[in-house]
Amino acid sequence: MIRTLSSLRLIGGFIAASALICAWLITAPPVAAKERAKILDVKSFKTPSGIEVWLVSDKSIPVISMNFSFEGGLAGDPAGKPGVARLVSILLDEGAGNIKSQEFQSKLSDNAIQLGFTAGRDAFYGQLRTLTQHRDLATDLLQLALTQPRFDTDAIERMKNANVAQIKHDMGDPAWLVARSFNGMVFEGHAYALPGAGHLASMATITRQDLIDYTKAQFARDNLKVALAGDITEAQAAQLVDKAFGALPEKSDNAPIAFILPKYAGKIVLYPLDTPQTQITVGGAGIARDDKDWDAAVVMNYILGSGNFDARLMREIREKRGLTYGIYSSLQSMRQSALVTAGFATSNDKAKEAVGVLKQEWQLMADKGASEQEITDAKAYLTGSLLLELTSTGDIASTLNGLQRDGLDAEYINRRNSEITKVTAADVRRVARRLLKAEELTVVMVGRPADIKADILLDRPPGMKEPEKK
Amino acid sequence: MRLLGSVFVFAFLVLLLPAPAAAEKIFNAQTFTLDNGLKVVVIPNHRAPVVTHMVWYKFGGADETPGKSGIAHFLEHLMFKGTPKVPDGQFSRTVKKLGGNDNAFTSQDFTAYYQNVPLAHLEKVMEMEADRMKNLVLREEEVASERQVIIEERRLRVDSRPQARFQEQMMSTLFINHPYGVPVIGWLHEMRELTREDAFDQYNEWYAPNNAILIVSGDVTAKELEPMAKKHYGPIPAQTVPERKRTRAAPIVAAPRLVMEDARIGQPVIMKTWRAPRGEDALDMLAEILGGTSTSRLYKRLVVERKLAVSAGANYEPLSLSETTFSLYATPAPGVTVTDLEAALGQEIALLLDKGVTLEELNAAKGRKRANLTYYLDSLQGPALLFGRVLTSGFGIDHVENIVTRLEKLGIDDIGQAAATVFKGEDFPVTGILLPKAPPPAKDAKGATP
Repeated sequence: MIRTLSSLRLIGGFIAASALICAWLITAPPVAAKERAKILDVKSFKTPSGIEVWLVSDKSIPVISMNFSFEGGLAGDPAGKPGVARLVSILLDEGAGNIKSQEFQSKLSDNAIQLGFTAGRDAFYGQLRTLTQHRDLATDLLQLALTQPRFDTDAIERMKNANVAQIKHDMGDPAWLVARSFNGMVFEGHAYALPGAGHLASMATITRQDLIDYTKAQFARDNLKVALAGDITEAQAAQLVDKAFGALPEKSDNAPIAFILPKYAGKIVLYPLDTPQTQITVGGAGIARDDKDWDAAVVMNYILGSGNFDARLMREIREKRGLTYGIYSSLQSMRQSALVTAGFATSNDKAKEAVGVLKQEWQLMADKGASEQEITDAKAYLTGSLLLELTSTGDIASTLNGLQRDGLDAEYINRRNSEITKVTAADVRRVARRLLKAEELTVVMVGRPADIKADILLDRPPGMKEPEKK
Repeated sequence: MRLLGSVFVFAFLVLLLPAPAAAEKIFNAQTFTLDNGLKVVVIPNHRAPVVTHMVWYKFGGADETPGKSGIAHFLEHLMFKGTPKVPDGQFSRTVKKLGGNDNAFTSQDFTAYYQNVPLAHLEKVMEMEADRMKNLVLREEEVASERQVIIEERRLRVDSRPQARFQEQMMSTLFINHPYGVPVIGWLHEMRELTREDAFDQYNEWYAPNNAILIVSGDVTAKELEPMAKKHYGPIPAQTVPERKRTRAAPIVAAPRLVMEDARIGQPVIMKTWRAPRGEDALDMLAEILGGTSTSRLYKRLVVERKLAVSAGANYEPLSLSETTFSLYATPAPGVTVTDLEAALGQEIALLLDKGVTLEELNAAKGRKRANLTYYLDSLQGPALLFGRVLTSGFGIDHVENIVTRLEKLGIDDIGQAAATVFKGEDFPVTGILLPKAPPPAKDAKGATP
């Protein structure tokens, strides 16, 4: 669950219904590209203190965006205390150095400096966006937040309460419940199974020292990746990065985590909930980002389950049968696992039929692959749309930070199209056969699906614990 | 799973509504109007060779024939089915092949369609969008299956979420005798009855160049766009379009109090919503001062200082063709009742009415609005969405471009007067309370303890 800080503070568990509704849900499309010599002019350099930086300079608008990441993330939570990284992520801007919480928040909001942190499965992410005129102040605030967070007792209590409110809200939300149940089961016993926001028991036991220990172990220069875009020169960027990160310790202290294959292959897991719809997530073992067939898998996934009306799952399950508002498949590559998944919601009486159609499509792609026409169309989209994903400084910095984390080089973005273009029908067929195993899918449902015989019946969301009753 | 998105993206836009950076124009939008009445807005942005192309119809949920709730949104879905030239769902497929993305969205006051594409393909999507303004073809079986899709969409967005069902009830209570009381997605029992003919009735009546606005943002100028727009949209004849009617909402003479208890509500929430005039900069500033950030009054007083709430805020939606709403909301801290929190909200309102806001608060709020506006420029779609909303709400281009000048003129007395029109008006607010429902006491409840 990724939520912005402002929503946690201001909305807290209730988001006012908006009047706007779309023709279909929007998902973030994968990175792709277009025909032109250079997609982006990415400079890669080392700062005087030795930190590698990727930069795209663009002076047209007085805005600077920086995205950075520390490898580690949720896996750095201490045993039995999930939610530490999450609390750190919402407390870093609650005061640092001599600046107390409300003053720190005022300096940010009165100068329109946007500073946010997110604890992810494999990395702790940060994003800074500022107007050029406030560059120095923004840098100082970030440096203080990373090196001298106050973690005042008062702020810890307040943000714990906000996080508890969010957890309680989530536990009634079918979309969250299906994600929690899926992750909790397929990664059972592994760090990836733990709830990122923590649970009610861990919120009761996490101490200030846990938060301090986390920042000391995780925020270092050896696990840091930094990308910038916008109104800033190379010299200014080097100065900013050294000021913000130069004082961090050289080495992080991360316990290694083991590789895991998804569990409960071929099983149906049900969390019963009284709602008119069943939320469904299915998944199986996926493909690593550095696998030579990754690009073929991206093309295959686009044909199978992109948000496109013409994607096979959308066409069969929504367009032809009206069984759902939207269905999407996706590839997820983590440091120590990989998944291919699909998710959708359908009325309780149609759940069985919809899962049946999904499995047929899974099998059909595995058996026959895709047609030349489908592959040509998929490549046209994937190569043509990259520029559309890079229209703001925030999009550019975040895309570059993702490429850094994937171990790619600064010129990769300019090669992306040609790599996608090389994918052949044989590549797609091979990767489909390897990845899409309909009978081995773990099927997780939340709702009251008719005529479904579950192998495992959950009576609570996996991984969630209540405090000990006294 | 990333199955929820756009709604909040647009909601965010509304919350951050603009406030710019000097007396000069912010976006330098260029406009012209074709002979058939199509208004065109061009927002140049030359950072990358890409454009967003949008057509906004001045037709939304609030314009529907009574008893046909949801038809504006249903028609929006059906618009992707096809025309003789672009049949069988090829619209979106073609956009994808061009390396573009497309979608559409419907509100009470508008229906909008867009494509984001590389500049080289602007004319192609323009040709297709102009084509479907008049040449829609619908087969009965497509309509039947799409009706199921919108019903599943309602179940996903509303019926599976007690908070969303509650919000529908709030709006119905606020907007008595006014179309905003009817949800855009439609009431389920009326959605089930919507037909192909219903869709065509609305399409034939409202979809016309003189009832639409074309907005293009990106690597293009008005001079470059004009011949293209003339070629593709120019030949579509103007027609008589009905007047957009918004009945005046009836007075709220008794204090409505809505309470919903549900096992799936994890946290209590209290909200108070007033009907409010649209387009008021003073109310926009008031919402910012009361509840726009984590240093604004409600958060500072109720969450940080008095520790009565875990979250608190305010919201005002300025862009609307008719009346709009002003809301306060809060979630109680552990051990605090919603009644206590309601009293605390009441104290904040009383304090505001008594003492007004300070010059310092107002200046900070103006500064934040101005600074945040620059971020709109760092985006392809943001300015286009803003102009579309402004124009379909019946405001002009200047409403956006001149906002800095207007804000400069606002004083603390203006904020005080605006607060009085909302909080001391004749209509009662609607108070909404969401409460978790304890599961029935079960001796055999497995997993009730760890």
